Amino acid sequence: MKIVVAIKQVPARDSELRIASSGKWIEEADLAYESNEADAYALEEGLRLKEKHGGEVIALCAGPPRAVQTIREALAKGADRAIHIEAEDRGFDPLATARLLAAAIASEAPDLVVAGLQSDDFGHGQTGVILAELLGLPHATIVMEVEVGNGSLRVKREMENGWFQHVEMPLPAVIAVQSGIGKLRYATLMGIKKARTKEVRRIAAADLGGVAAASDAVVERVTLPERTTRAQLFGGSPREAAAMLVEKLKFEARAI
Amino acid sequence: MSVLAVLEQRAGEWNRMSFETLAAAQQLALELGVPASAAVLGGAVQALAAELAGKRFHTVYAVEHELLAEYTPDGYVLALRQLLERVKPTLVLFPHTYQVRDFLPKLAASVGRAAVCDAIAHRVEGGQPALVRQLFQGRLNADVRFSGDGPHFASLQAGAYRADSVAEGAARVEIFTPRMEAEAIRTRPGKPFRDSQRAVDLGAAESIVAVGRGIGDAGSIELVRRLADVLGAELAASRPVCDAGWLPMERQVGSSGQTVAPRMYVAVGISGAIQHLVGMKGSRTIVAINKDPHAPIFEVAGYGIVGDLFQVLPELIGAIRESQ
Repeated sequence: MKIVVAIKQVPARDSELRIASSGKWIEEADLAYESNEADAYALEEGLRLKEKHGGEVIALCAGPPRAVQTIREALAKGADRAIHIEAEDRGFDPLATARLLAAAIASEAPDLVVAGLQSDDFGHGQTGVILAELLGLPHATIVMEVEVGNGSLRVKREMENGWFQHVEMPLPAVIAVQSGIGKLRYATLMGIKKARTKEVRRIAAADLGGVAAASDAVVERVTLPERTTRAQLFGGSPREAAAMLVEKLKFEARAI
Repeated sequence: MSVLAVLEQRAGEWNRMSFETLAAAQQLALELGVPASAAVLGGAVQALAAELAGKRFHTVYAVEHELLAEYTPDGYVLALRQLLERVKPTLVLFPHTYQVRDFLPKLAASVGRAAVCDAIAHRVEGGQPALVRQLFQGRLNADVRFSGDGPHFASLQAGAYRADSVAEGAARVEIFTPRMEAEAIRTRPGKPFRDSQRAVDLGAAESIVAVGRGIGDAGSIELVRRLADVLGAELAASRPVCDAGWLPMERQVGSSGQTVAPRMYVAVGISGAIQHLVGMKGSRTIVAINKDPHAPIFEVAGYGIVGDLFQVLPELIGAIRESQ
């Protein structure tokens, strides 16, 4: 089974967000980067399917040169090889990014494409579904379990309010997995060592048709949301704050 | 130019968020000075469409076909593309549900567009709509403006618009029958089911102590459990904690877990993503302990401590014991 897993590098969760002087984006100089957590679950599912059914896992990432760190992590965890589409982050435009990914995937003709639920930065939650449309493949999202049959796929997908549903479809197909689909593995020392020898194919975005804006939606400006904190906040030392809180809970809220 | 709201139903029951989308479509249409219409898809949805005849819309489309009786992304995209050709809306709005997430990006991409998903508000300037969406899990807002010809697509976050603000009026109800072949539908959906009975009914708890990603690792959950014990509270968690396997899924509060409204809800190391807030914001007294003073959890909390939970919790446990 040939499996392509789409992965992304995103600003680290605890990065300080400051608006850039253009007002259209944040100061990137402030940011540290990490692998997108939802994609770690996509990779985990890809690796498990390979372990069960054989074949190979190809990690696919579009991003600037720094994204190689995320690619190395995927290889260290067990991906067999990787494709790095060298492109500036077009995160505002999920269709433009998906077009690049789809062009690279088409040349591999995989049996299965696995994407994560959404990215921690832009959070469109669209890449997997757009890929299915661009590649002409069936898809399912918010997938909790995957069973591979003879040329087909049966997935358990999550619906709202605790409901689930099984969906069957022919392969090749695209799935977007729910975070938590499996316990994440860590890279082993041996894995990290082996990753250095694995193939990373670099493709210039221009060779895939470029990174022209595809979307009809343009970000005009970004702002830090106004917080309307109604909470009574208790300061001082942890001991003082805890004592104040307990007093309020006991005599004002009558909650304890 | 017009605005079209595409609604959601399952087995003849409205998804409640559909009415929020109706309200949003009316407001945007009013501000743009264009008519609003609505559409509902399914095997037999005339009765649902007729329920909207008394609302202020140009037309309510009952999009009916036996192949739409069960939701499939192929079926919905096929039917909606034909409806778009018929109605030619400038802006198409959806509730941001799990189902919409499953087919809207495909629909938009099929006509060369990218949908603006999970929008929380809108503005109209110069006759063009702009939508506000959240980035970085709510830590940054982006104003997104559409350019060029429609159709443009957007989905709306739960609670962003008020379901009870749909204006009364009169709408024409029209049945629209798309042309569809069974072969065009590649996925076969099974019957929806619930997993085995939940072992923990958080809904019945008087008090809940919930733990989030801020706890850092599985071993530290014990500290939060001690707080729950001293308060006689049930232990619960936000999604990332359950995803990581630190607590079982049945203890999850939020849009994909349980909805609770206890007398007291203590959120420890939970930043307060919308998916969590919808599951607990009805609680009577909400207490938040978080190191980030800008965390959205402080918007719904009545009491809070900004600080390191590993320093605060032992003190809090001690103070509660002393008060008892």
